Amino acid sequence: MLKIVRDLFRYNREFALGTILILVVFGFAVASFFSPYPPLDSYVVPPDVPPSWAYPFGTNSRGQDVFWQLTLAIRNSLLFGLSVALMSRILSLLIGLVAGYAGGVVDRVLMTINDTFVVIPLFPILVLFFFMMHDQMSWPLLAIAMASLGWPYDARLIRSVALSLRTREFTAMSVFSGMSARQILVEEHLPYVLPIVFSTTLNNMNWSIGLEVTLSVIGFTNIETPTIGTMIYWANQHTAMVAGVWWWIVFPVALVIMAFLGLYLLSVSMNEYIDPRSRLMRMDSKV
Amino acid sequence: MTEDLLNLDHVTRSYSSGGLFARTSFRAVDDVSFGLDASRPEIFAIIGESGSGKTTLARMILNMVSASAGTIRFRGKALATIRGRRARLDFMRQVQPIFQNPYEAFNPLKRVDRYLYATAHHLARVSSDRMDSACDQALRQVGLSLAEIRGRFPHELSGGQLQRTAIARALISRPALLVADEPVSMVDASLRMSIVYLFKTLRDEFGMSIVYITHDLATAYYISDRIIIMQKGRVVEAGNARTVLDAPQHPYSKLLKSAVLSADSAGAEETTGPGQGREVMSR
Amino acid sequence: MTGANGSKKVMLAVEHLRAYYVMRYFGTQREVRAVDDISLEVGRNEIYGLAGESSSGKTTFVKTIAAAIRPPLTVVGGSIRYSFLDRDIYRLDRAALSSIRWRHLSYIPQGSMNVLNPVRRVRESFNDFALPHMGLPKQQFSNAVIAHLERLQLKPSVLDAYPHELSGGMRQRVAIALATVCRPDFIIADEPTTALDVVVQKSVLELIREAQREIGSSMIFVTHDMAVHANISDRLGIMYAGRLVEEAPTAEVFRNPKHPYTQHLIASLPRIGDNSPRTALTGAPPSMADPPSGCRFHPRCPLAMDICRELAPEMIAADPHHRVACHAVNPVVRPGGEQMFAKNLGQRSGLVQ
Repeated sequence: MLKIVRDLFRYNREFALGTILILVVFGFAVASFFSPYPPLDSYVVPPDVPPSWAYPFGTNSRGQDVFWQLTLAIRNSLLFGLSVALMSRILSLLIGLVAGYAGGVVDRVLMTINDTFVVIPLFPILVLFFFMMHDQMSWPLLAIAMASLGWPYDARLIRSVALSLRTREFTAMSVFSGMSARQILVEEHLPYVLPIVFSTTLNNMNWSIGLEVTLSVIGFTNIETPTIGTMIYWANQHTAMVAGVWWWIVFPVALVIMAFLGLYLLSVSMNEYIDPRSRLMRMDSKV
Repeated sequence: MTEDLLNLDHVTRSYSSGGLFARTSFRAVDDVSFGLDASRPEIFAIIGESGSGKTTLARMILNMVSASAGTIRFRGKALATIRGRRARLDFMRQVQPIFQNPYEAFNPLKRVDRYLYATAHHLARVSSDRMDSACDQALRQVGLSLAEIRGRFPHELSGGQLQRTAIARALISRPALLVADEPVSMVDASLRMSIVYLFKTLRDEFGMSIVYITHDLATAYYISDRIIIMQKGRVVEAGNARTVLDAPQHPYSKLLKSAVLSADSAGAEETTGPGQGREVMSR
Repeated sequence: MTGANGSKKVMLAVEHLRAYYVMRYFGTQREVRAVDDISLEVGRNEIYGLAGESSSGKTTFVKTIAAAIRPPLTVVGGSIRYSFLDRDIYRLDRAALSSIRWRHLSYIPQGSMNVLNPVRRVRESFNDFALPHMGLPKQQFSNAVIAHLERLQLKPSVLDAYPHELSGGMRQRVAIALATVCRPDFIIADEPTTALDVVVQKSVLELIREAQREIGSSMIFVTHDMAVHANISDRLGIMYAGRLVEEAPTAEVFRNPKHPYTQHLIASLPRIGDNSPRTALTGAPPSMADPPSGCRFHPRCPLAMDICRELAPEMIAADPHHRVACHAVNPVVRPGGEQMFAKNLGQRSGLVQ
């Protein structure tokens, strides 16, 4: 595994760039644990100081160090993206694999539900969700809401692979070896869809972080939790751009773009590497 | 007739195709009946070209496809009544398939031995300490050994080795019936006959009945006891393999036989020369 | 037809052809020697059959002589000379290649869908491929196509059909008509009947024979099926693990095979009406990424000697028209009784004179 990563790093430029970007972003998130100030406190530093040696990213109008606040914000955003991605992966795997393997009525019912979710307009639903919950709104709750909306595209993708796996002879062989449906799904079919799961995890993180930023910027989330989105929200509330406090907006936006780009590049390069066909080609030494 | 091992009674399978309005129904298998005797193991060949319904028939015998009409019974029990995991495992213990493409029959991402162990565990109910010896014994029956197979991926084995491993796997639960769908058509010529032989051995030494599905009249002649010839889902001729293939009666059977290319006509070339037509069947 | 290339003109001469798959995956290089030092000649008006099992390199050989060489396949050495070309075909650029395709060199594939465009009528496939090479006005071309189809006993109405409306056998007949309509000098047929049912296969073989006679072209006919070779090929080359092991007129190969591998292939053919036991070879064809040393057949060979493990046998003419690459067939016995082999193997190898 380590060797694969090393080879990828050396020979795949997208992977190398993506890894570097993600490592930088990750470094920021880790740095949050070493923050010298309690993250939610305000007026711990002089307000509106431009970037300097003492405050590398400046300070904001609420008397917070932008650098240290950013580290916590990116940590929360990444964590948010990761939990949405993981939860929605579990849903899409379960539904996709079962629909593909079972076929027939089960497939039709599951795919009808799936397609219903595909056509639901996400944004209004999430805004509605915010107005319903309002005071109880927290990011775990938002993550669950988004995970339950973010699975259908990938479930369909997984189902299409599972559907073709069902007709392969080795599936019949597994059945006649006495394996149970669960065993066949988990041990025989899952390895074929894992690459898809892997690359869609990264895409799904991008999607959920982006949506969270959008919702936060206009204040439709719990604005007390610092994320990239809420940072920009507070900057807007304090008319940072007009007041000339550009560093309050520019640094979070730059960091989130790095995260997007890094995740995207990793997903693209891994997709190429983990694609079962090229994987088999590498395994197969025959003509 | 004594107890039936397998009995097909006017079995039909139809598929419908086409759109919502112009639906047409097509019979892949049309009114097929035959039986295998439990006390007399035999190799029963089903011969046909593509589209003759022979593969659908095989899948029906394996209970992978249900019959639209008629009943298939295995040891007197109708396949349609097999429900639940326990009953299905019990059926699979006695009836095992061998597939056409050995490279496809094993998951390319998984080690080959897992299917042997799974069969030993689920079907043969072998205790875990006797697992290796059970698999090794089955592999030795097909001329391999566990040491050659253990831990290997499909791409590390040849087509012949894989097909023999597939047969060994089917043998672990000591089934009474093997259903082999074109088992040698994807296997290289130099390995083909050894697998065809193996079927003979299984019949003679282990008392297994084999449904051998093929388009190849020559290997069918070589090993089968009885044959049926299928065309477009229907059985056009049935009977003793030698009798039918030596002197086919039905026009389609005659056509099939006359189309078999014989290697002996290479000798005929010498006398006729390339300018003239050549004799295709010398017998 | 035996000994066709004795006095007659050689249409294709392949010499010491080596074509490898060179693969690089993230820094590790791997080489598969799919075609390793093959020499053969095809004479005018001859059907040269090439037999071999899966991964014997016959498909790679066909790709190479058809100049359908795409990475990772690489021609490492040797030459491929057609009579209508003044240099090796794999050195031609794209434009030069397309100018000889169909007119001089055409191709009958295993699946006719590879040449017939599935969303266009058959007529348009003919127009696409053959019209630019015939140099005829459209009306005349159309007449020529119809005349050609009639010669091959195909109804001109197939021209107005889409490929999916035709049966597999009919599609393959159309593909043959397409490959022969420009009356090419050389035809490459790659397993053209393998996907067909037996009844259709026989008539398609007859059609190929007729078409080849009618236009008087030469052909390389590749299939793993020895029975098909018996019924179509004039001369037969047997490939094993990337090398040619035996070559002779077809009847000679079947009646008097010399190489142990060929002998086994012939002996294991099942025949209707014959129930005598067949011998089976042990082992399996080798991996081409890591072939055995010396003669590649030696791990499975009943006659294997020490020399077979060390030295790859050359193709040597045992008879004027019968070449074999086997140390057991071509030994030189020294007066001391010790089996030795010609020192100057290089001089004795080469093509049938």
